Amino acid sequence: MSTATQKKCWRNDAYAKVTGKAKFTDDLKFVNVLHAAPVYSDFVHARIKAIDTDIAEKVPGVVRVLTAKDVPGVNRFGQIIRDFRIFADDKIRYHGDVVAIVVAESREIAIRAAQLVKVDATPLPAVLDPEEALKPDAVLVHENHGTNLINTHLVRRGNVEDGFKQADFIIEEKFQTQTVEHAYMETEAAVCVPRSTDGVLQVYGSMQHPFSTRRFVAACLGVPLSEVEIIGTPMGGGFGGKDDTAAIVCARTALAAKLLNRPVKMMYRREWSIRESYKRHPYRVHYKMGVNKSGCITAVQCKIIADGGAYCSVTPWVTWRSTVQCCGPYFVENVHCDTFGVYTNNVVAGAMRGFGSPQMNFIIEQVVEMAAEKVGISGIEFRRRNMVRQGSITITGQKLDGHKVAMEQVFETVLREIDYEKKLKWCAHGQLERRFPTRRESSQPLQRAGSETGAPIPDDELYGIGLAMSYRGVSLGAEGVDFCAAIINAQADGSILLECGMHENGQGAESVMCLICAEELGVDLGCIRYRRSSTSSIPDSGTTVASRATIMGGGAVTLAARELKQKIAEAFCARLHCAANEVRFKHNFIWGKSDTGSIAFADGMREMWLMQKFPFAFGVFKAPRVTWDEHTGQGDAYFTWVYGCQAVELTVNKRTGKVKLLNAVAAHDVGRAVNPEMVRGQIYGGMAMSTGYALHEEVKAPDGKVTTLNLNNYRIPRSMDLPEMKVIIVENPDPVSPSGAKSIGEPANEILAPAIANAIYHATGQRYFTLPIRSGAPPEPTTCGEECK
Amino acid sequence: MKLFVNGREIEAPESAMQKRIVEFLREDLDLTGAKNACDIGACGACTILVNDEPTRICVKRVKDFVGQRILTIEGLAAPDGTLHPLQQAFVDCGAIQCGFCTPGMVLTAHAFLLKNPRPTRDQIRQAIFKNLCRCTGYQQIINAIEKAAPHYQKTEAIESAKPAIA
Repeated sequence: MSTATQKKCWRNDAYAKVTGKAKFTDDLKFVNVLHAAPVYSDFVHARIKAIDTDIAEKVPGVVRVLTAKDVPGVNRFGQIIRDFRIFADDKIRYHGDVVAIVVAESREIAIRAAQLVKVDATPLPAVLDPEEALKPDAVLVHENHGTNLINTHLVRRGNVEDGFKQADFIIEEKFQTQTVEHAYMETEAAVCVPRSTDGVLQVYGSMQHPFSTRRFVAACLGVPLSEVEIIGTPMGGGFGGKDDTAAIVCARTALAAKLLNRPVKMMYRREWSIRESYKRHPYRVHYKMGVNKSGCITAVQCKIIADGGAYCSVTPWVTWRSTVQCCGPYFVENVHCDTFGVYTNNVVAGAMRGFGSPQMNFIIEQVVEMAAEKVGISGIEFRRRNMVRQGSITITGQKLDGHKVAMEQVFETVLREIDYEKKLKWCAHGQLERRFPTRRESSQPLQRAGSETGAPIPDDELYGIGLAMSYRGVSLGAEGVDFCAAIINAQADGSILLECGMHENGQGAESVMCLICAEELGVDLGCIRYRRSSTSSIPDSGTTVASRATIMGGGAVTLAARELKQKIAEAFCARLHCAANEVRFKHNFIWGKSDTGSIAFADGMREMWLMQKFPFAFGVFKAPRVTWDEHTGQGDAYFTWVYGCQAVELTVNKRTGKVKLLNAVAAHDVGRAVNPEMVRGQIYGGMAMSTGYALHEEVKAPDGKVTTLNLNNYRIPRSMDLPEMKVIIVENPDPVSPSGAKSIGEPANEILAPAIANAIYHATGQRYFTLPIRSGAPPEPTTCGEECK
Repeated sequence: MKLFVNGREIEAPESAMQKRIVEFLREDLDLTGAKNACDIGACGACTILVNDEPTRICVKRVKDFVGQRILTIEGLAAPDGTLHPLQQAFVDCGAIQCGFCTPGMVLTAHAFLLKNPRPTRDQIRQAIFKNLCRCTGYQQIINAIEKAAPHYQKTEAIESAKPAIA
């Protein structure tokens, strides 16, 4: 058994985090530090005439108020379209636009003075409905863009008219999904320190993309990338949400530090975070599927409208994934999909765990069950007839090959584990006289399935079981440049310094890199020290999103380790009486062929130093080639895929409609589980977040002003909202991944919502096409009650 | 004005009485384990133990804690750095991801197990109801608390074996 898999659970940061010693951004202390606070206006859409900072600047303790005119570099930035403002300059485009920051000797003073900055502006009509925004006479959010259309994508495959002619049944429905907040426990934060020796600006912050943060900061200050150093800092959750907004918070803080030549800290209040930070896109989707009597899908036509809010952010990339995966893991010959990303004056939408797939899966996984019902077969049978298998061609013309297509494997695993087909017969389907459960039937299977007590379902509850499945393109695909670096620097005493271009978001990325490194080099984990990451020491390896840390970072670490082993083998093969390619690494020793001798790893490292050979390696993993034709929506969109299936049991209260989850089961093919307990953690956490998506969460913003501004009224799942969950890790090491491992962060978070919707249908006979699902209950009051006041 | 923090007697000046206790701990005592995440007592990230009771302190002032016995996450491990069995269980069970909720979660669980060393999983679930975690889905946190419970049963046995003091 390998070094890595012997370890049940290992994290390099667990000790620090469980003892409170881990220093998050706001925990960092610097002498002479200033504090900054953002200034918002109460406008949703308005043309700025003047920003009056005089009164605020006269408040004792206020050092300076900064606005767009203080930006020495570029005030407009963005990863795709440069429309994001460091500070709103010409217009206010949404309620979270920041017009200034107040920098003061204390945080309290900064916050108080921020109220005193006056924004004089001419209100403009706001466009808050994405379909209205697309009309020719709509108010424009960005006049120079000429339209509110951010981007389009399409898929054209086969001929949908013919496909619908071949259909015996048509399922057609409009769906709507809500705006969702990431609700990372740690809000946005930054501390920027001008280095006295050379003026380099050091940035500590809560962000998941150090390199794009560096680009934002350098562009804002008008300095080269080398003049800004982003230093890795423990981060209290990201979930895709700490990219653009977090980078801008760092840029504003950096600006203050640069201009005032003092350390500056900006720690976001929760209300600012929810008001300003980008969200999961709300979608409106018109979906039409044709199926024939044998239960085969003949055509899919869909129109997807994504509300991108006031700025572009990564809307074109999010909607691209939705487009590529618009038919789910099913074989469909005739597809016509049109996707539109749209500007409105709503809160900005951008990346969030799942990245355009949770919305589509909520739809697809219900539509296939509706189709099955029309055909008169079970959703299970329908999926078996239509799912992708080894060698299947996707709707973009990609042949699924070169890796194990594990759709059927994970699907059948979940069916078996939860005893799905038996329990499906128990579902109430809204009938008053339920077939399930009698007292006798209920206790045993539910208990085994892990429900809390195994008690029978009370008479006023309706029982339902449901599932959903997905496939997911791994990493960025044709969205962007996809490669990653790693450095392994073995020291003369055998200890090892490791660094990789991926960021620790809290998911355990650093630990995965250490485990892979230890396993490849056959050394103890204790030898390896993960270097505190810095944008000044490792090349830009892109953003730590798209569930790409393990596959891309792990790939780079594996390749670096192999290069290092090659160097070591060449140095010692003669002494070990074997060829270089016969040298082996295990148990902290360097071994020759069979028993031809061995050298302790530490001794070897010292000797290499004496030989004037550095045991140092730089590994680069480049994603295999992907292709995309924007005009036809065809191409090999992703270099590999992962497969997942989740099922849930629940009850719905007949009177209140309240949903209670009893049990959930998930099976995911992750390629190879490097740190199995952390893989499970990703899946449990993904299912929890998906539960919130299905039942609780919604950013409410009547008139474009977000009202769910804190965790008392933006309700993320609590322990009591969740059932016992069971996770089955399926391992099919992927040949294109040097470490064999693939992805789990997002696949885990994209299918429980439709599984819940399907289970509610099986319980109540009622379909819900809008998220979050309001299953007949009156609005729920805040869970923490008066105590929160 | 005295506070008892992690077994130490702390003298708080009169001028600090109106300060938020969470800032006093974080800034004046450098005990940064208690986190600010909502500032309204809704998330539990600032939870500490006051006389063994889990208390959300982000809305409270220093004056509310004069003469009280406070335990923060920094005071749970042994002075030599050895983890408390509950902390070790969090590490072993994979109950830690981003770690921002961890201090509050561990302390809430510690107070709960002191009172109830033989809990069911459902009781554990109920005990951490007020502590939000966005990463883990709570499953491994519950596993960790369950795993640590036997340690509290032993402690309970030792306590009950002590002669009663009149």
